[in-house]
Amino acid sequence: MESEILVKERQLVIPGETLARGLDYLPSTGCFRVDNEIRAKVMGLVRVKDRFITIVPLAGVYSPRSGDGVIGFIEDMQTTIWIVDINSPYDAILLLGEAVSEYVDLNKTDISIFYDIGDIIYAKVLNVSKSKQVQLTMNDYRARKLIGGRILKITPSKVPRLIGKEGSMIELIKDKTKCQIIVGQNGVVWIKGEKEGLATKAVLTVDSESHTTGLTDRVSELLEGGD
Amino acid sequence: MTKVGKPEQMIVNGKRLDGRELEQFRPINIEVGILKRAEGSAVFKFGSTYALSAVYGPRELHPKHLQDPQQAVLRCRYSMAPFSTTERVRPGRSRRGTEISMVLNEALANVLFFEDFPKTGIDVFVEILQADASTRCAGLNAASLALVDAGVPMKDFISSCSVGKVDGKIVLDLFGLEDNFGDADLAFATIGNKDKIVLMQLDGIVKKEELLQMINLAKKGCSEIYEKQKQALKEKYKTGEEDVENE
Repeated sequence: MESEILVKERQLVIPGETLARGLDYLPSTGCFRVDNEIRAKVMGLVRVKDRFITIVPLAGVYSPRSGDGVIGFIEDMQTTIWIVDINSPYDAILLLGEAVSEYVDLNKTDISIFYDIGDIIYAKVLNVSKSKQVQLTMNDYRARKLIGGRILKITPSKVPRLIGKEGSMIELIKDKTKCQIIVGQNGVVWIKGEKEGLATKAVLTVDSESHTTGLTDRVSELLEGGD
Repeated sequence: MTKVGKPEQMIVNGKRLDGRELEQFRPINIEVGILKRAEGSAVFKFGSTYALSAVYGPRELHPKHLQDPQQAVLRCRYSMAPFSTTERVRPGRSRRGTEISMVLNEALANVLFFEDFPKTGIDVFVEILQADASTRCAGLNAASLALVDAGVPMKDFISSCSVGKVDGKIVLDLFGLEDNFGDADLAFATIGNKDKIVLMQLDGIVKKEELLQMINLAKKGCSEIYEKQKQALKEKYKTGEEDVENE
């Protein structure tokens, strides 16, 4: 059976479009197989690596994955757990044991002294169960409470573009705006520093133009000209 | 405003009352991503029929007892705005609205990957802003585009159009007068340009051969709609550079 790939790298495809024929290629994220064909599930850009075909979606909600660093909002808490909104259809939980390393006497302390409702945290996804129960942990060198600054949300699939190859894009923005910037895999971005407005503009530009080329140059120009 | 009675002739010299050929669509206009706060959105117009669709989700489904632990739940709501017709449509649920909501829901359910998002809900809203017949078809086209715009995984598009029998002739894409005073109207939808029917509702009386003719014409019409839907989406993300290497 002849296998052939019908699309090019970075080609824009839409759901239902046939990407490849034959059994040699394998569908990865964003693709599915129907009989002899691999088709796109979402609208996005094609990526081919070895025998795997992936679609990087241009839109879509965040699906939590183990190991992801995410920015979450404390929504609620019970005696020993916090419920965290991670900008996903699925809420996450943070257990006391994963957030605090010291001994906590629950008879004398209310856990709100660590994280209260409304707090913003950068945490790591510990694991995601089959029934989509998401557990977070603060047991990571990057994990902490985020104070001050501002929050914005971008499409989760565009986070790699915002970070850039070896962090090039995000470092460019941080450097030119003298801001701390933390980007969660869930599409939530925290910015704090001197030129927060300019940094926000740059981030939103990447979000809306991530599928184009020459983006780094355009963002550079925007940052040079800004105030 | 005086009520319009049935015109003497609906087809004059081979042209319909609005000047169209028998198998010609009204001007079709599509805009994707028009509501910034919705996950996905689209406007689809057949001539004067304007349908706006917004998609929210997949997101947490409330009330909780409706959650399905193994797959997402699709909730479709079709509604006509009070100002969409010359006589005010009473806002709120109506039997017609409930029926069309159900029919759209069943049509869209054919192409969604429900297992990808267990316990969540996907809300699809279709609001008819101006009605000149074929509203459920415009609504379904808009809903399909809005779902793609939202990044909800789908097997393919849903494309929809109406056909009818007017003055004994089979015509494509009925407008208001034809819908009200014609002999029959058929709302039809397919999965993209494939030979799979997901919606078919006939109002009126036709002979078997006429029905088969109508179905054939509707399939052709849906194929044309499919091409327009695809084009509208690709337009939104046109970069002008199709043959570039990785940056």
